[in-house]
Amino acid sequence: MKSFRYERASEIASACASAARPTAKFIAGGTNLVDLMKLQIETPAQLVDITRLPLNRIEETVEGGLRIGALVSNSAAAVDMRVRRRYPLLSQAILAGASTQLRNKATTGGNLLQRTRCPYFYDTTKACNKRVPGSGCPALEGLNRMNAVLGVSNNCIAAHPSDMAVAMTALDALVETVAPDGSARTIPIDQLYRPPGNTPHIETVLAPGELIVSVLLPPAPPGRQVYRKVRDRASFAFALVSVAAILDVNGDRVRAARVAFGGLSYKPWRSAEAEAALVGAPASRASFDAAGIAALRNARGYGHNDFKIPLARRTLRATLTQAAGLS
Amino acid sequence: MSTRRGFLKTTGAATLALASPPAVGETTAQTAPAESEHVSLTINGRQYALNLDPRTTLLDALREHCGLTGSKKGCDQGQCGACTIIVNGQRINSCLALAVMHDGDEITTIEGLAEEGALHPMQAAFVRHDGLQCGYCTPGQVCSAVAVLSEHRAGWPSHVTADVATAPALTDAEIAERMSGNICRCSAYPNIVAAIREVAEGESQ
Repeated sequence: MKSFRYERASEIASACASAARPTAKFIAGGTNLVDLMKLQIETPAQLVDITRLPLNRIEETVEGGLRIGALVSNSAAAVDMRVRRRYPLLSQAILAGASTQLRNKATTGGNLLQRTRCPYFYDTTKACNKRVPGSGCPALEGLNRMNAVLGVSNNCIAAHPSDMAVAMTALDALVETVAPDGSARTIPIDQLYRPPGNTPHIETVLAPGELIVSVLLPPAPPGRQVYRKVRDRASFAFALVSVAAILDVNGDRVRAARVAFGGLSYKPWRSAEAEAALVGAPASRASFDAAGIAALRNARGYGHNDFKIPLARRTLRATLTQAAGLS
Repeated sequence: MSTRRGFLKTTGAATLALASPPAVGETTAQTAPAESEHVSLTINGRQYALNLDPRTTLLDALREHCGLTGSKKGCDQGQCGACTIIVNGQRINSCLALAVMHDGDEITTIEGLAEEGALHPMQAAFVRHDGLQCGYCTPGQVCSAVAVLSEHRAGWPSHVTADVATAPALTDAEIAERMSGNICRCSAYPNIVAAIREVAEGESQ
């Protein structure tokens, strides 16, 4: 690990000012950052410890939603009874990720900003456009079984690893931030992540020193919420494919649908195509299959990850079948 | 007293003397060496005042600075769970925690579970059910298992809980899921589950 200066922040304004320096980084749970620092993939000269900031509460909003502080641990969010009753999708997604030890330490803001687990990003003996801009992307023709099939570029096919963010994307969550100049803004979670394009090392729209202070969940929409994750082992593994679905069925017709995929793209992949195919259609296997075909129409495999395309369609069908209460 | 650890230290030093000198340029080229930070920890009820390089993980602070070598370094990247300890009532991977960030925290390690020489019920159950072979992962397994029971008492659901709004019974499937952050290379899993089940059933009676 490279040497760094340690600063314990006592207020948001000074934390943002300190972290605005190009070699500085915020640290909270540290479950991803400390690992990356040991491998010298991340080499900050200064760490700004934000864990003592008052951002660890879950509060009701006047609209009937919840505001989850950026420092609320993944465990605390998943076991909160308001989340479990009103946003079971979010509890399920968080509990599907990592281990309890990691969830106890990892935070809401940090989960959103965790880095990809692409094996080439993690291997400092290999090229990686995300780690060393311009060095190339060996994943394109390499071991790309875990990599993305939607929305990526010829410079980077890394997948976003979060489960929590997939559920939040289906729930239309809003990310609330504060910038070093004190200004606050609200970013729809679907617009937090930047497509890799020619700059895969720039992963979010956040400015230097801009701090995520909370995630706002609007009131849950009607319908049954289901998170389903497919992975190589039954627990403590990243998703090959996951689906967050909210399905509102009226009689035998779909009245409203929300669909987001994990493991397929640089961000949680909300599928307007799948949702459009579902609304007004019969709640049936044929409709769910049609939604899957619409969702993956523009998908492209890179060899080892070709299987993700049919797997995503089948996982969507299984998730919607469960959400519709069909057997 | 001659101990296994003392022997390893001696032989380790001999090996180091034969190796080429360490490259000092790496840490000095980019930034000046970090100033040491004062860190106060309460570990197993005892106060420790330490001066640490901010890079020091909680695991290294325990093992190398406090002499508490019960917590083990397996993968050092949060995947194996051998370093599991309980901080402010919650289990974490101490290998991914910077000690300086835990200033003022209350820590329980495997050394703190036994009371006055009597094994903690979970330790005794691991012995009774043969919940180990080589034993390297065991301190982390036991700390995790103790935390599993308190999480379950608090009504936490898990990934295998059918309805996350309910507090589930601690079935074998629930125990296995909740223990998935602790890897056992000897694969003593059935006996580990049996040990945890026994302690959980004893508590609920």
